[in-house]
This record gives sequence, structure tokens and C-alpha cells, in this order.
Amino acid sequence: MVNLKKLQDVPKTYVKEVLGELSRLEKLKKIPFFTGIHFKDAERELIRKIENYKKIGKDAERVWKIIELSRNEKRPQCRDYINGIFKNFVNLSGDRLGGEDRSIIAGLGKIDGKTVAVIGHNKGKDIKERMEYNFGMSTPYGYRKSQRIMELANRFGFPIITFVDTPGAYPAIEAEDNGQAAAIAKSISVMLEVKVPVISILIGEGGSGGALALAVGNEVYMLENSTYSVISPEGCAAILWKDPAGTKLAARELRLTSRDLMKLGVIDKVIPEPLGGAQNAPERMVKIVRKYIIDALQKYEDISGEELKSARACKFESMGFFSKG
Amino acid sequence: MTEDMGKFKCKSCSKEMENEIFVLNMWVCPYCNYHHSINAGDRLRITVDENSFVEIGKNIDSIDFLNFYDTRAYSTRLKEAKLKTGMDEAIMVGEAKIEGIDVAIGIMNFGFMGGSMGSVVGEKIKILSDCSIEKKIPLVVFCASGGARMQEGAISLMQMAKTVSCINRVKENRIPYISVITNPTSGGVSASFATLADIIIAEPNSLFCFAGPRVIKQTIKKNPPSDFGSAERNLINGQIDMIVNRSDLKKILTSILELFR
Repeated sequence: MVNLKKLQDVPKTYVKEVLGELSRLEKLKKIPFFTGIHFKDAERELIRKIENYKKIGKDAERVWKIIELSRNEKRPQCRDYINGIFKNFVNLSGDRLGGEDRSIIAGLGKIDGKTVAVIGHNKGKDIKERMEYNFGMSTPYGYRKSQRIMELANRFGFPIITFVDTPGAYPAIEAEDNGQAAAIAKSISVMLEVKVPVISILIGEGGSGGALALAVGNEVYMLENSTYSVISPEGCAAILWKDPAGTKLAARELRLTSRDLMKLGVIDKVIPEPLGGAQNAPERMVKIVRKYIIDALQKYEDISGEELKSARACKFESMGFFSKG
Repeated sequence: MTEDMGKFKCKSCSKEMENEIFVLNMWVCPYCNYHHSINAGDRLRITVDENSFVEIGKNIDSIDFLNFYDTRAYSTRLKEAKLKTGMDEAIMVGEAKIEGIDVAIGIMNFGFMGGSMGSVVGEKIKILSDCSIEKKIPLVVFCASGGARMQEGAISLMQMAKTVSCINRVKENRIPYISVITNPTSGGVSASFATLADIIIAEPNSLFCFAGPRVIKQTIKKNPPSDFGSAERNLINGQIDMIVNRSDLKKILTSILELFR
């Protein structure tokens, strides 16, 4: 027998549907014409549906925990990785076209005795910093600064390391007037063009085009509890579910966790985090990431610029699932 | 065209007119010049030489590889979109002639799931680019899209990198690339192949932006200005080369293509 207690763990957005079916069933039972007919099959079907929704709900909660971890303020940020990994880091500013955006850090530094360019989103640690860095949401100034540093690295043969951690590009009128779309497109284009190794690491939130603008790498790694998505679960729920209650379900459907994306071939490696998440042992996390960067640089050491470029283009051009009927 | 076409009401000025007049005017309001959205088939008819279009990649079809289910399954949404639009996908690509000049042409269809870019749009842009490179013919893409297709998760985001890579190759091969922005073009499409063209033409009153007005409104908690993201504002801000009326589009395209011959 279906009772309402069973509905306790069903995600809110599905409750209405289940209740609807339940009441339809109850109504049918009351019609005299149907007395004596068993509704067991229909009931079993409904129970199976409820169980399935419960499972989805539970899985959505699991994914949501990862999202919360990826957004945790205590997680090591781009700056921590720069301080902990690169020697002699020189911070560079400005896009030379009219602006500077501190939501992106860019500069040159040394790792393992080699000079590299380092570019990453900068979220900030406390509310004051977060305001200053615009919560890691960049404007065209930031993307164009990043392009400038990548082109500089390309000219001198410096490998490029990027740290991705952004909710997305800054949605603002000024940013749009200044060509946000063109700036992101150009960043992607430059990342595909350079003839040096590009290593991208998603360290927290990988939000949409704003993340991709720094993530077109020969190697793309994700920290275990980071996320990478075409749209935020909140945004997705607003559009497809038309209800904020769908947020956690959207998070699950979007397959935005490192393991999902590894399976889909969007990323190349998952970097394990210390137990419970990177925020529990930031210094250890930085050390782990350092090791992955050094290994990746070694892998690409003897590969020619042309090869690096065509391998990158090939990798991204082969992405996609479709049928060829 | 049937005999009794009925009346059409302009979305912008609300004036009514005979459907036939509206269609003859290329779906542009004769009173206020508002350019209404048109589907890919109609766009093709008013743009390329008669019977010159040969579609390529027609066999490429979307699949619901994530089993994405929101309030309905992605596979259901795909079927509905096909029935509604009579098209296979959010873009149609092929070879055609414009006033006798060979072009590789792509036309997006906003009616098909908001013109969203998933794996198929990415792949069709790829085969279109390959075609233009192989045959050394200019690339023309009519854009209309709400952005990436959420139902394909991060794979749809990757289509931005994929299409940019294709456009990079087109440019390396010194093939001219013209994009025509039609209402609306936003999100992942505007931040990839749409903005990387050598020449960007926009239709009047077309919205062209990355974050749409609704997203902006959520951030700033008030309505953005009414001309936000419009072709007219984009022209002033240096984001596009020109605004061209639909009735002049073929002529302007031809004269640009002539320059690159």
C-alpha cells in the first residue's frame, strides 16, 4: 500500500507528480465499476517510481556536498598555489587596452628551475577581498590580460599553467558593452594557438565560459572535489525546472563532478584531495598539485610547439557525442 | 502560400497586416522595421540562389548520452523540437551559391531548443569549416542561439573550444569568414564562433551578448537599459562591423564576398 510517509525523501519537485498519480489511483479505486479489480500492479509501479526518485534525491544530496566543498572559502586558492609552488613569482597587471582586472592573477615564475607563465582566477578569502576581486568573476579586462601573458609566454617558449576557480564571467552591463563574448572567444582561441605546453587545473568552481577561457589545456586536471559545468545548478534549475527547488537535482543531472567528467573524457586526470577535502590540509594539497604540474611539464618537455598545438586542437575538436545514422 | 493567409500582428508595434505582405517583406514589419525571427528554411530561401543549396552532415544526430531528465527527458525534448520545427537540429549546414559565388553556409534555427549548441552543432560547424577549407570557399554563418545546450552538460561547453579551434583553422587557411548575428545570439555561441568572424554583420534589433538581460537583471537587481545588447548598442561599442536590413543582406553579403574573390 502506498502511504504518504514514503514521500518523505522524494525531492520536492517530484512530490507533486507522485501525489497526482496517487490521487488518480485512489479515485479509480472508488469508482464502483472497478470494485473487485486489483490495483496491485499500478501500485507497485508507483512505489517503484517513488523509490527511484528517492534514489535520485539521495544522489543529488551527495553531488550537492561536492558543490559545497568546491565553493568552500577555506579551500586553497590560486594565490596559495602560486605562493607554495612557484619561486620568484612576478605579478603582471593590465591588458594594455584600457583596463586591469584583479579577479585574474597573471605573471611569471619558476618551477623546478624552469620559467613558466601562471594565470588563475582569484576569488579572495574574506568578504573584503571577495568584493575587491569580484568573487572571481572576470571582465574582458581580465581575459585580455590573460591573453597578453599567454602570448608573451608563447614568444619565449614558457609553458602556461592555469588555475581555474570562478563562478563564471561577470554578468554586468559594462562587461557586456566592453565585449565579454569576444574576450572569452579570443581567450579560447589564443589558448588553442600557443605553441607551448598548457596545463589547466580546476581547483574549485569551474563556471561556464568564464572557466573555459582559462581551461583549454593539453592537460586538464580537476581536483577531486572541484566542479566544472556549462551552467550553475542554480541557473539550470531556474531555466529548466523553473523552480529553485530543482537546484540539487540540476547539480546531479549536469554531471559536473571530477569523476563524471573523467568518464566523459572532458578532463585528463582527477587529483586526489586530502581526507574530507582540500580545506582540511591546504599545504598538503598544494604539494600534491605541485607534483602533478612537474610531472605534466616533464611529459611535454621534448614535444615540438607544432605538435603541442595540433594535439590540443585535435583533442578539443574530437569532443562530442552524436550518432551518425 | 495559401489563398487565405490571415493577419499577422507585429511583436514590436502591434500593428496588424496581411500575412502575405509580412512574408513578402521577409518577416520584417513594414511599419516599424522590427525584424522577426525566421526559421532556417526561410532564411535559406531569401539568402542563397535558388536550388543551389546542398546540405552536408544531415546524418549527424543528437543522442541523450547523459540520460538528462529535468521535467522531461532530453530525448523527448529532441523529438518535440524535430516535430515542431521540421528540422533535424539547431543548425543546418551545406554548400550554396550567393549571386553565383560559392560559399560554405551554416544557418542556425532558434526554434530548435533555443538554437542551443550541443555536440551536433559543434560537429556541424566542424564539417562546415572543413568543407570551406577543402574547397577554398568563404564561410558564412547565420547565428541564432540562446547558448550551450544544458542537457549535454560540460560536453556542450566543450563545443565552444571545438568550434573556436575550427574557426582558427579556417583563418589559418586564409578563408574569409562572415558571421551574421540574428535575434537573439547569446551565451556559448556568441562567446565562440559568432564573434571570431573577420566581418560581423547584425540584423537590426538583434540581441547579441554573452549574459542575457535576465541574468544581468538578477545581478544588478534592476532592469538593464532597453537597448542592452542590441545591435545598435553593439555598433556604438565597436563589437560589430555593421547593421544591415534583411532586405539588403544578400546584396551586402555579395559585395563583401566579391572583395575576397
